[in-house]
Amino acid sequence: MFFRTAWLVLRKDVAIEVKSLEVLTTTLFFAIACVLIFAFAFVKNGQAPEDAAAGILWIAIAFSGTLALGRTFERERYAETLRALLLAPAPRPALYVGKLLGMLALLASAEVLLVPLIAFLFQAALFSRPVLLVGILAGGTVGFSAVGTLFAAMLVRARSRDVLLPILLYPITIPVIIGGVRGTAALLASPVDEPSAIMWIGILAAFDVVFVTLSLWTFEPLMTE
Amino acid sequence: MKKAFGPLLVVVAVMFVVAPFLIANAPYESTMGLIQKIFYYHVPSWFAMYLAIAVCGAASAVYLFKGTPIADAYATAGAEVAVVFGLCGLVTGPLWGRVAWGVWWQWDVRLTTALLLELIFVAYLMVRRFGGPGAEKLAAATALFGTATAPFVYKSVDIWRTVHPQTTVIPTLKPSMGGPFAFSSLAFLLLSALLLTARVHLAKRQMMVDEMYLAYEDQS
Repeated sequence: MFFRTAWLVLRKDVAIEVKSLEVLTTTLFFAIACVLIFAFAFVKNGQAPEDAAAGILWIAIAFSGTLALGRTFERERYAETLRALLLAPAPRPALYVGKLLGMLALLASAEVLLVPLIAFLFQAALFSRPVLLVGILAGGTVGFSAVGTLFAAMLVRARSRDVLLPILLYPITIPVIIGGVRGTAALLASPVDEPSAIMWIGILAAFDVVFVTLSLWTFEPLMTE
Repeated sequence: MKKAFGPLLVVVAVMFVVAPFLIANAPYESTMGLIQKIFYYHVPSWFAMYLAIAVCGAASAVYLFKGTPIADAYATAGAEVAVVFGLCGLVTGPLWGRVAWGVWWQWDVRLTTALLLELIFVAYLMVRRFGGPGAEKLAAATALFGTATAPFVYKSVDIWRTVHPQTTVIPTLKPSMGGPFAFSSLAFLLLSALLLTARVHLAKRQMMVDEMYLAYEDQS
C-alpha cells in the first residue's frame, strides 16, 4: 500500500510534467542563467578560479531546485488537489515519498544537463571519477529535496510562501550544500583528493538519513489541519 | 517556579556580580594572556543557547504531535532566548579571534555552522512573525531541523581540524580556571532558564487576555 501510493503520486507528477514540460524547462533555463551570472562574477582574464566550478554547480542546483519546488506545489494549489490527495485514505508519509521522488527525478534531469555544461564551460574534470561524482550529486540532491519537499508542501497554505521557502530552506540545507561543494571541489583537485570526496559522501549520507527521517516523522502532523 | 522566580533572579544577579571577580582572579593562560578571559563569557553563552535550543526542539515536537498551546509558548521562548545567546557568542567570538588569529572572522567549519544555527532560529522567528495563519506548525518543523543541526555544530570542532579550540579543552582545565568557568556556566544556564520562564509567563498572560477579549466579544 505504502509503495503503491508513493508510486502513484510519482506517476501522476511525471505524467503532468511530461505533458507540459513547464517546470523542467523553466528550471533548466534558470539553472543555465545562474551559471552564466556566476561565470561573470568569477572569471578573470578568461579563466575561472580552480574551485569555482564546484560552487557554481551547487548554487545552480540549489537556486533552480527552489524554483522547481515552488512551481510543483503551486500546481497542487490551483484546484486544491493537495487537499484532495491528503483526503485520500492513503498513508501520509507515502504521499511525501511520492512527491520527494518526483522532485528527485526533476533535479536529476536538470543535473544531467548542468554537469556536462559546467565541465565544458569551466574545463572542469568532473568526470574523472564518475562513481564518486554520482555519489556526491545523489547525496546532496536527496538532502536538499527531502527538506525542500517537506517545507514546500507545508507552505502551500501559508500566506507569503514565495518568500518563506528560501528563508527556511537555505539555512537548513546549507550543510548539505557545503558537503556537495567541498566534495565536488575534492574531485576537481589535481591529483583527485579521493579520501576527502569519500568523507564528504559519508557526511552527506548522514545528513540525508537525518533529514529524510525527520521529514517522514513530521509530515503527518504537519499536513493535518 | 513562580514562587522561586524572585529569589532565583536575585541569585543570578549576585552570581553575575561575583563572576567578574572570580574571572579576574583566575590565572592567565600562558600563551593568550588577558584575551583568553573572554572564554568565561563566550563558552557559557553557547551553553545557554544549546539549553534554549533543546527546550525549543522538545517543545516543538510536543506541539507538533499533541497540539498543546503551552508547548508552542515554550518553543517560541526557547527560540528567542537561543537567538539572544547566539548573538552573545557571535559577538564575543570575533573579539577573541581578532587577537588570537589576527582576523575578526575565519570561514572555519565551527564558525560557519554556528552562524548557520543562529540563522535557522532567526528564520524560526521570522516565520512566526510573517507566516500568517498556520505558521506555528511551520516554525515547529524549522525548530526540529535546527535542533537536529545543533549537535553537529557542537561536535564539528572534534571531527574536522579547525582553528577553533576543541571541546576537549574543558575537562582538562586546571581547577583554578575550571572553578570560575563552572561558576559562569551555571550563571548563564540559570539566566537562560529564568528568561525562558519569564517569556512563557508573558505568553500565558497573552493567551489569557485573548480569551477574555473573545469572551467579551461574545457577550456584546
